[in-house]
Amino acid sequence: MTSSAGTGPPPTPRRDRAERTFDGTPPFPEAARRALADDQLRANLGRATTTIRTKRAAAVGERADWEALRLAGAAIKDEVLHDLPAQLERFEQAVTTAGGIVHWARDATEANAIVAAIVRDHGATEVVKVKSMATQEIELNEALRLEGIDVWETDLAELIVQLGHDLPSHILVPAIHRNRTEIRDIFIDEMGRVGRPAPTGLGSDPAELAEAARLHLREKFLRARVAISGANFGVADTGSVVVLESEGNGRMCLTLPEVLITVMGVEKLVPTWQDLEVFLQLLPRSSTAERMNPYTSIWTGVTPGDGPQTFHLILLDNGRTDVLSDPTGRQALRCIRCSACLNVCPVYERTGGQAYGSAYPGPIGAILTPQLRGIAKHPVDAQTASLPYASSLCGACFDACPVRIDIPEVLVHLRGQIVRHSEATHRVPTTEAAGMRVAAWTLRTPRRLGLAERVAGLAGRVVGRRGRIGRMRGPWPVSAWFAARNLTTPARESFRAWWRRTHGGRVGGGNP
Amino acid sequence: MRVALFITCYNDLLYPEVGRAMVRLLRRLGHDVAFPAEQTCCGQMHYNSGYQDACIPLVQRFTAAFAGYDAVVTPSGSCASMVRRYHPAVAQLAVEQGEGAAIVQDVAALAPRVFELSEFLIDVLGVTDVGASFPHSVAFHPTCHSTRLLGVGDRPIRLLSAVDGLTLVDLPRSDACCGFGGTFAVKNPDTSVAIGHDKVDDVLGSGAEVLTAGDTSCLMHIGGLLSRRGSPVRVMHMAEILAATGTDG
Repeated sequence: MTSSAGTGPPPTPRRDRAERTFDGTPPFPEAARRALADDQLRANLGRATTTIRTKRAAAVGERADWEALRLAGAAIKDEVLHDLPAQLERFEQAVTTAGGIVHWARDATEANAIVAAIVRDHGATEVVKVKSMATQEIELNEALRLEGIDVWETDLAELIVQLGHDLPSHILVPAIHRNRTEIRDIFIDEMGRVGRPAPTGLGSDPAELAEAARLHLREKFLRARVAISGANFGVADTGSVVVLESEGNGRMCLTLPEVLITVMGVEKLVPTWQDLEVFLQLLPRSSTAERMNPYTSIWTGVTPGDGPQTFHLILLDNGRTDVLSDPTGRQALRCIRCSACLNVCPVYERTGGQAYGSAYPGPIGAILTPQLRGIAKHPVDAQTASLPYASSLCGACFDACPVRIDIPEVLVHLRGQIVRHSEATHRVPTTEAAGMRVAAWTLRTPRRLGLAERVAGLAGRVVGRRGRIGRMRGPWPVSAWFAARNLTTPARESFRAWWRRTHGGRVGGGNP
Repeated sequence: MRVALFITCYNDLLYPEVGRAMVRLLRRLGHDVAFPAEQTCCGQMHYNSGYQDACIPLVQRFTAAFAGYDAVVTPSGSCASMVRRYHPAVAQLAVEQGEGAAIVQDVAALAPRVFELSEFLIDVLGVTDVGASFPHSVAFHPTCHSTRLLGVGDRPIRLLSAVDGLTLVDLPRSDACCGFGGTFAVKNPDTSVAIGHDKVDDVLGSGAEVLTAGDTSCLMHIGGLLSRRGSPVRVMHMAEILAATGTDG
């Protein structure tokens, strides 16, 4: 690894390198297999998720009324979703009255085109960004790059991801898969290519790394004329937009530039300021385990002489109204992007976020991504269809969710949709579907089950050794089980057969 | 009280000794237990894998098989949670597909009478010390469905703590999933195994001779990994330990 600290090329923005996107991610089992082979990734993730899990549990445990807050959060979100068109019109009216300009975007292409046109209209060739899930979802950075516009991520973890030509792996901490040493190396190698180089002799102490990022970003904050943000909440009553962040970079983006463009999913509304109070308690404790969020920026339209003098708000659908039409699936739209479900998920902890092939990783991604990609209406690609199965259904995510999204329930519901699509498109059933049919047929009567148990008992005697079956080759699912696990040999006499022979241990020497 | 045993399909085939332990234990506590021969499966595998339609006849069969009993006890927290949490949804689905509305009431009447073993012993029978003897060091793995879906809480620990001679050892990160997850184990085998190995490491680190739980499905996975790694640690269902009296254990 070469060091360019202090001697890097002059800060000329590069336009020759594409932003990485999630396109081409294989289906989850394969993507997970690759991630699991990366010991460094496993170690980084294990350490990070364990720490944040413990801190969150403590922060939540302090509140005796946590369950009441969760119920309130879910109820407020459900109320908004139930009445979304009217709430959105109210919001649009309020934003417009306060001097903002509202745009509606049906999908990613429309949203990206609107943003690019606004940036061009202001004669800008670069923008600074507040961390935003909605803009990741629509791959805005790549769309702007194709328009010749440089995009600078200013959240520390987003900066690490962007400088490292990497993909985010967590909603809140996109560089959770990187450790300090890796981050120092990225800073040393990459900062100089796009701006102020990393200080000479940069170490891997967190304070030193943060200072390097601060210095690197400062010139971008002071130079940029246009900023782009997402939104954590929008208050329908007043047209106020809310962004929560921890580093102050958001505050810089939201106040310094002349023009502010906010991309906000249509589901982000709350009806009133009073409702906001619930979420300002739920979100920090769930996401960063803080009692109170460090930087909460709230603005209403434009204030003459204070902050950006032009404010564009883009209301993004991008599949959300389709999600709304599914009575079971729509609870996913309550999500406030806290990432508590990621941090407690046994699958996420091992695979990391990139394996999910979407801006939304982890349990929430497994239910949100397929829905945003239209699973309720039509079959989805194999990668998307693999996501609802990327869960052991352990339920830790539901317990941790501050807005009570029953993620396991939605996962199972989506699996049902996938099976129905598959049955409609496969004339010959898949191995799994055929197996499930045979199993269902067998389990329909005790006579068939008893017969199957006799066959299994006989087969077990052939392949089993000392009560267990060891390494065994065969087609899926045999191969999948026996690659790393043994199995108890099926019993010579099932419980059912034993009960019938001995009348429950009462005759024939069949003590239970 | 008429008590029925729901053995569950995989215990029936793979772990009949668990069912026999259930019978032994309940008889020792003075309760006869019936085994309705019409029972087959709760339908969880089909339900959780997305084959919800295939679940309907299984739920109808389950409901009919156990309708006449005051209580149904099963050695599986996972299957009990399927019945209590999801059979009502399957009944609703059945009605949407043209079945008679009676299934909804039948399921609603039966589901609350279905108990996992530790719930049955403590809540229904009011027993914590079942008179068992098991002079071994034991680690307990609280399975996800029994804790998060059923909410059995510390009932298994209270039962195990009352067993004569048993040393309960601390299992680190015990509330973490073992990675089994039903068909997850074969649809995402690498992830399932990776999660499982971490659980196995914790079990081995605990120094226990025996790992127990209220679900043999999870134990099948953890035990399969232990066995492949050549570990002498045994896996046993909680019922087998609670049934043990020192002469048979």
